[in-house]
Amino acid sequence: MYRYCKNICGVISRNQYVSNLFHCKYSTENKFNMHEKTFEGRPLYLDAQATTPMDPRVLDAMLPYMTAYYGNPHSRTHAYGWETEKAVEEARMKVARLIGADPKEIIFTSGATESNNIAVKGVARFYSSKKKHVITTQTEHKCVLDSCRILESEGFSVTYLPVNNKGIVSIEELERAITPETSLVSVMTVNNEIGVQQPIQEIGKLCKAKKVFFHTDAAQAIGKIPIDVQSMNIDLMSISGHKIYGPKGIGALYVRRRPRVRVEPIQSGGGQERGLRSGTLPAPLVVGLGEACWIAEKEMQYDHQWMVKLSSRLLDKIYGSLTHVIRNGDPNHSYPGCVNLSFAYVEGESLLMALKDVALSSGSACTSASLEPSYVLRAIGADEDLAHSSIRFGFGRFTTQEEVDYTAQRCIHHVKRLREMSPLWEMVQEGVDLKSIQWSQH
Amino acid sequence: MSSTRIEVLNLYKYMLKEAKKIPAYNFRNYALRRIKDSFRENKNIDDPDLISSCIAEARKNLDILRRQVVIASMYSTEKLVIEHIQPKES
Repeated sequence: MYRYCKNICGVISRNQYVSNLFHCKYSTENKFNMHEKTFEGRPLYLDAQATTPMDPRVLDAMLPYMTAYYGNPHSRTHAYGWETEKAVEEARMKVARLIGADPKEIIFTSGATESNNIAVKGVARFYSSKKKHVITTQTEHKCVLDSCRILESEGFSVTYLPVNNKGIVSIEELERAITPETSLVSVMTVNNEIGVQQPIQEIGKLCKAKKVFFHTDAAQAIGKIPIDVQSMNIDLMSISGHKIYGPKGIGALYVRRRPRVRVEPIQSGGGQERGLRSGTLPAPLVVGLGEACWIAEKEMQYDHQWMVKLSSRLLDKIYGSLTHVIRNGDPNHSYPGCVNLSFAYVEGESLLMALKDVALSSGSACTSASLEPSYVLRAIGADEDLAHSSIRFGFGRFTTQEEVDYTAQRCIHHVKRLREMSPLWEMVQEGVDLKSIQWSQH
Repeated sequence: MSSTRIEVLNLYKYMLKEAKKIPAYNFRNYALRRIKDSFRENKNIDDPDLISSCIAEARKNLDILRRQVVIASMYSTEKLVIEHIQPKES
């Protein structure tokens, strides 16, 4: 609320405002103390978009490769190498099956960030002699945007497509942006901050017709929504292990073989992974990713039903008790396990501080260290103050209904408390239109 | 009672018993929910081949449960805030 410590011209005087603040802070101390209650135990985990806990079934599959089977999967001359290679190839098959690909089209990497780097920079650089244009969207993950910035410094031109206020990119605008110079279109499948699903099928169709390669960052989508690289015409796709209850430090990149997509490798070395990603494969992590994909394939429908149940439970409770709550992103085209809400007149950071007993985030983990409002929320046209007041609730396979109930109850309690402290909220209650206030800086 | 029926019921019982031993709140609740829902989902299966493949999978999962309960009990953390509030679970 201190962000609003500016003189409010024409509505209330500065003195009145300061006395309001003073009143809030010191009159009823217990009620407004930020550290009002100590709680016992570890906080609940509701940040599934940052990472997910590793499934015990995944750990069980990995353990033998961390203890007994330690061979280098690339060793060709002995049984230690063969047994690990067999496990790696089985994992590759499981990853491929989840997305409808051929196992030979799967490249293991260290995670989705590396996959995105290889895809975006690799394709653009390989075809740079003929084509020097790349298209992406404003709401992509930082690693795609930063790779594009690097490409710009290398002389490529990059189009950052805007999204509408629901967070969805327009096909017509994409079609207009594609030129004969364009080599790659990169659009994420599910957004990590607002959970919005892009029209991947339509984009794939358009890219195929225009003969442009299509890359999608599916780190948040894999194993959660059905994806088929054939029917969706996806040429490259990034996959992450730790977003699907697998281990951290492993990911994969799907690279289409027919028609062949050529990629310039970033890492030089022994030529593993079709020469696209040199370096010894971390066999235990690869096995973990394979197992996580296999479980995701089996459990997708079951997990999805659970996500729908949990998110509607949370939304019902919050909408039932609070007004002025805005859901960011298109609710009809989003992954139900990610609910991004803006509580008007409450600062997100204050709410996160108050909700210490629940592990939540105001946006992506990569940018949560800064107090800057999320660029994704700004791209969907959220007002500055609403972008500052957003909270992301991320559910997973292991989230319980009791946890959702607890979170909703705590959240409602703290939003009400913080609003009572806010002079803005008071003004809204009195019927003042905040947009009409002329703020002046001192 | 057929021998298959007894076997399935025993598996169900053993799996639930093992799942209750998982120290971590989230994993324990998931395991209990998943086991109950799976057996309920599959209770009307008639195909004997399918029944035996389901039994084989359940046996495999029971083994995983047993191993993971041992591992998890060596690395358990303090309880979640929610467990202090409602010590009794369904």
